Amino acid sequence: MSYIHDDKIKQLEEKANEMRQDLIQMLLEAGSGHSAGPLGFMDVFCALYFHVLKYDPKNPDWEDRDRFFLSHGHIAPGLYTAMAHAGYFPKKELMTLRKFGTRLQGHPHRETLPGLESTSGPLGQGLSQAIGTALAAKLDKKDYRVYCAVSDGEHDEGQTWEAVLCAARYKLNNLTAILDRNNIQIDGFTEDVMPLDSLVEKYSAFGWHVIEVDGHNIEQIVNACEEAKAIYEKPTMIIAHTIPGKGVDFMEFKFEWHGKPPNKEEAKESLNQLRTLGGKIKSEHE
Amino acid sequence: MINEEMNLVENLFDEERMEKVPTRNGFGEGLVNSGKKNENVVALCADLTDSTRISFFQKEFPERYFEMGISEQNMASVAAGMAVAGKIPFISSYGVFSPGRNWDQIRVNVCYNNANVKIAGAHTGISVGPDGATHQALEDIAITRCLPNLIVMAPADYLETKKAVEAAAEHKGPVYIRFAREKDPVFTTEKTPFEIGKANLLKDGNDAAIVACGPLVYKALIAAKKLEEEGISVLVLNNHTIKPIDEDAILEAAKKTGAIVTVEEHQVNGGMGSAVCEVLSKNHPVPVEMVGMQDSFGESGAPEELLEKYGMSVDGILEAVKKAIKRK
Repeated sequence: MSYIHDDKIKQLEEKANEMRQDLIQMLLEAGSGHSAGPLGFMDVFCALYFHVLKYDPKNPDWEDRDRFFLSHGHIAPGLYTAMAHAGYFPKKELMTLRKFGTRLQGHPHRETLPGLESTSGPLGQGLSQAIGTALAAKLDKKDYRVYCAVSDGEHDEGQTWEAVLCAARYKLNNLTAILDRNNIQIDGFTEDVMPLDSLVEKYSAFGWHVIEVDGHNIEQIVNACEEAKAIYEKPTMIIAHTIPGKGVDFMEFKFEWHGKPPNKEEAKESLNQLRTLGGKIKSEHE
Repeated sequence: MINEEMNLVENLFDEERMEKVPTRNGFGEGLVNSGKKNENVVALCADLTDSTRISFFQKEFPERYFEMGISEQNMASVAAGMAVAGKIPFISSYGVFSPGRNWDQIRVNVCYNNANVKIAGAHTGISVGPDGATHQALEDIAITRCLPNLIVMAPADYLETKKAVEAAAEHKGPVYIRFAREKDPVFTTEKTPFEIGKANLLKDGNDAAIVACGPLVYKALIAAKKLEEEGISVLVLNNHTIKPIDEDAILEAAKKTGAIVTVEEHQVNGGMGSAVCEVLSKNHPVPVEMVGMQDSFGESGAPEELLEKYGMSVDGILEAVKKAIKRK
């Protein structure tokens, strides 16, 4: 059974593609920032912001909204793109990323931009904050859900595992975490830097409900988020297998693209690939 | 001349007969009071419920108490997540672990995030005693007072700690409060004023001024009385709030006496004394002597033995005052 119609899936796939194009332009304009991560997680951002999450961009502090915490703050350009498309702020503001006076700080700052739930950047801290809000929701008997995106690399941090223990201890079934399993970090491939596998077995052993999905399959992402809602007495970890740099062939699978933006030529080629879906369709922009 | 407006206890100098209660009890009781006043007050602890006295709250409000296990980093970030959802979390552990071990989480999730989290650091100062250097927090003021948005307090006795905790709960924004393990004289009363950021002038004087914080404030008063008997008139300021610091009170004391002695159970590098020096050097430089840990770690021993060895006893304060006056 599926929780999303085929038409909607198609619509979201197109939206994710548009978001990737905006992202490339944003990074080119900023002249610094992270490319591979946001491209790789864009389908998840798209599924969350345009199907899963309950929110009102006109009332970002709405008490009953679902909360989305981004733990690996360096992929903020992806989140900003989703938020702009969702209507939190005008899309043209994306071009201010990382610039003096911007609300789109290099790493997200909650107080600066309405709609952000947390301040993040230093790795390993987001899941703990999401736990805090999930505990507060239980205390207040609120039924909003708390979502938290975490990276694979930040599982090197001890605090991540403190949080993993804690969420299970409090049986936080109102918490859905989504692991951006892209296998890269700054110094190389995660399994070379500090092996993490098997994350499925680790999370299961730590008392979480674990679901593995293709992080570029909108339907699988949506269905996993729905499945999580039906789990009692356990937090859910959705391990989303993602391709870093997804959609731009020369960035895909390359850890070298973790922390740099495209230059003008590379941006042009990226946009061309995205607009033609890797040459599969003829671009109207050419 | 003891300042009568401060409403200190009668028989202030009868140390033997004075009631002695640890400042950490003031934390426990203040937190319970705050919990009664505001149902959003919640408490978290990292496996030290009894010794931090957060157990008082746990007993009264079990559903609002959260055991975090031995994970201070997670605790600070969880508290930040609770705060952005409208709670007023107090997190508690020993000062060496929180704000020691979780400084980055406090910097980013609490302070930069401007989350309404209160950090309670227990077992601060050399007077922690027998546990030894690993457990004696002597750097916590330095690492917190450099953080934007954070208020830093070191109350002087049990009652003042209680007031500081209740004031912290009412203040919107991050606060750090340090307190101590030992039973210390309760020399203030319910009527003694307390306001965040406003130092209390406990005793007036003309020849030198002692600016002190934490339980050593009482020793500063004893030292001042002894000096009085030698004909030296010493002003005593209880500088319970280190950030924001009461510049006016410090400058007034400096202008009046022309010599300052800072007294704290903390490293002299970066602590309350350094904060006082920053105020003075910018506005009205006078000779300063600093009583505190002189850039060394502590060791095991009885609190009084350690205070004596490291120059934070009444005698240590006396000597520092005389030295400061000589330098005028």
